[in-house]
Amino acid sequence: MSDNRLDRRFAELKSAGRTGLIPFITAGDPSPDGVVALMHALVDSGADVIELGVPFSDPMADGPVIQHASERALARGVGLKQILAWVAQFRARDNDTPIVLMGYLNPVERVGYPEFARRAVEAGVDGVLLVDCPIEESAVLAPLREAGLKQILLAAPTTANDRLARLCEAAAGFLYYVSFAGITGASHLNTQDIAARVADIRARSAAPVAVGFGIRDAQSAVAIAAFADAVVIGSALVDTLAGAQDADEAVRRAGQFLSPIRAALDARH
Amino acid sequence: MNSQIDFHAYPDAHGRFGDYGGIYVAETLMAPLAELTAAYERLRKDPAFIAELDRDLKHYVGRPSPIYEAERLTRHVGGARIVLKREDLNHTGAHKINNTVGQALVARHMGKTRIIAETGAGQHGVASATVAARLGLKCVVYMGAVDIERQKINVYRMRLLGADVVPVTSGSKTLKDALNEAMRDWVTNVADTFYIIGTVAGPHPYPQMVRDFNAIVGREAREQMLEGYGRLPDVITACVGGGSNAIGLFHAFLNDKDVRIVGAEAAGHGIETGQHAASLAAGRPGVLHGNRTYVLADENGQITETHSVSAGLDYPGVGPEHAFLKDAGRAEYVGITDDEALEAFHLLARTEGILAALESSHAIAQAIKLARELPKDALVLANLSGRGDKDVHTIAAREGIEL
Repeated sequence: MSDNRLDRRFAELKSAGRTGLIPFITAGDPSPDGVVALMHALVDSGADVIELGVPFSDPMADGPVIQHASERALARGVGLKQILAWVAQFRARDNDTPIVLMGYLNPVERVGYPEFARRAVEAGVDGVLLVDCPIEESAVLAPLREAGLKQILLAAPTTANDRLARLCEAAAGFLYYVSFAGITGASHLNTQDIAARVADIRARSAAPVAVGFGIRDAQSAVAIAAFADAVVIGSALVDTLAGAQDADEAVRRAGQFLSPIRAALDARH
Repeated sequence: MNSQIDFHAYPDAHGRFGDYGGIYVAETLMAPLAELTAAYERLRKDPAFIAELDRDLKHYVGRPSPIYEAERLTRHVGGARIVLKREDLNHTGAHKINNTVGQALVARHMGKTRIIAETGAGQHGVASATVAARLGLKCVVYMGAVDIERQKINVYRMRLLGADVVPVTSGSKTLKDALNEAMRDWVTNVADTFYIIGTVAGPHPYPQMVRDFNAIVGREAREQMLEGYGRLPDVITACVGGGSNAIGLFHAFLNDKDVRIVGAEAAGHGIETGQHAASLAAGRPGVLHGNRTYVLADENGQITETHSVSAGLDYPGVGPEHAFLKDAGRAEYVGITDDEALEAFHLLARTEGILAALESSHAIAQAIKLARELPKDALVLANLSGRGDKDVHTIAAREGIEL
């Protein structure tokens, strides 16, 4: 069995016949103090994998909810070094839940790829999704892959067939299917189109397929779970957490938001 | 400088200028960019398209723009002869129209019905709204809320031309954020929308396409110098924000090894103060807005806010070809402060009767510096990339005058 937590987790999900639940939070929002507690709360409420957003000043692929969360986190001085320290702290109590860092290239490039790879593995990160680094430009990420980090690739409705074949072949950890052409937080899910596309990808890819963008509640999660290995929920969760007055309230809100989705996914069987 | 390099051979098939350029975008945009690259590659070699573009440049833009020897300015400075390429005389008052006329034709050939653009000072927004009006295309211009406040006249010009100007309130509320927002629009509306990027940045093929449409500036100037002076200039200079007017002037001269090339970046209050927009002089390689280039970022890799008196130079990145030319040693990039640019603005106004855009005033200031260092028979060619009418309010306000 692979020593990567992502591979282990997706193997477990498959043998249990469960759909993976992958919540996304922006690291440092709503409060830098409560990040680690919030991560544990997500796991306690049914998260299988955690996507931790690394805030960036110019989040080109994100809608207003995640843009504003990034701005708030940056205003509080959140950076990669601190985020890796939170991951290490999380690992002290949870050595099983995979963690994927999601963000943009420049903050990683600033640290330096080999140095970042070393520190991320040491902290307990399992995968990295860099939104502005398509496979054609991902030679720079070789040190990350060599250190054992999974480079999570994205596929989109606009992805051409020959590229899709290449993505399916290179996919590691899981393949992230973007459910519609747009930015995070918008919502125009067309379940039928997504289902056909995901079926095609699953037939070609050895890696599991997670679907994200536009999933905001139990109902939309269940609709996607009919054909995906995992569902990613980002903006709706970040939006729910945004109004929390303190770290405790964020933890409560995370539980109230995620638990019903977990229950609905499990009730499918 | 490496004399073996053929500078006209770039970018390569991946859109790279050496280590710079490339395509750093979200997966959803890969297909539309491939579609655009294919269309552009086909059109740029199509004689009918070239004839159509040439016709528009001649009859609509008013090309060729003249070169003009600034004799009184030269005498005042007391050095080399200063020659200006008069892009300020184009329709809409700047070089930006060269690019928007070209991209709008590409859009029409691709069957797109909606144009989007980002703008800083508003010149590119006006140039986009202009061509959209002429071709009957819907036009949406994204502009930072801060820039909307300081460039009210251009905002109104765009609205008069029928464009929808959308204020951008995220991030620093300036040009870089407008570009982010335009990208978000494009990713959401790829089917019917054509994104006209205004500078030689963004993902491939934009740095190449925008350069090609502006390269007419240097081609004309090179011929005009040979015709008027019997030789090439000793040094050429232009202001560099994103770098479209500069690459437009420089490109035809890149393989002329004896022509020195100097780009003038916005040093704002001075590079040492940290309040500037000199990405090449003070930045480091990174990834921003779809390409690898020099960027201004903090120790966490976050893009920093820039400062320049000129909104059009207020950008924390720079076109990847400039990054390549810097590293290759083919071009030098130096800083011109707000004060130096304003002094050059006034000097040109009083000696030559020309109000230069604040952006272009950086090039004038650099030309003056170069002229002082060079012998009297040397020729300095500067790109006067735009006219200064849009900046009259800014300059008056700085001098405490209410209009």
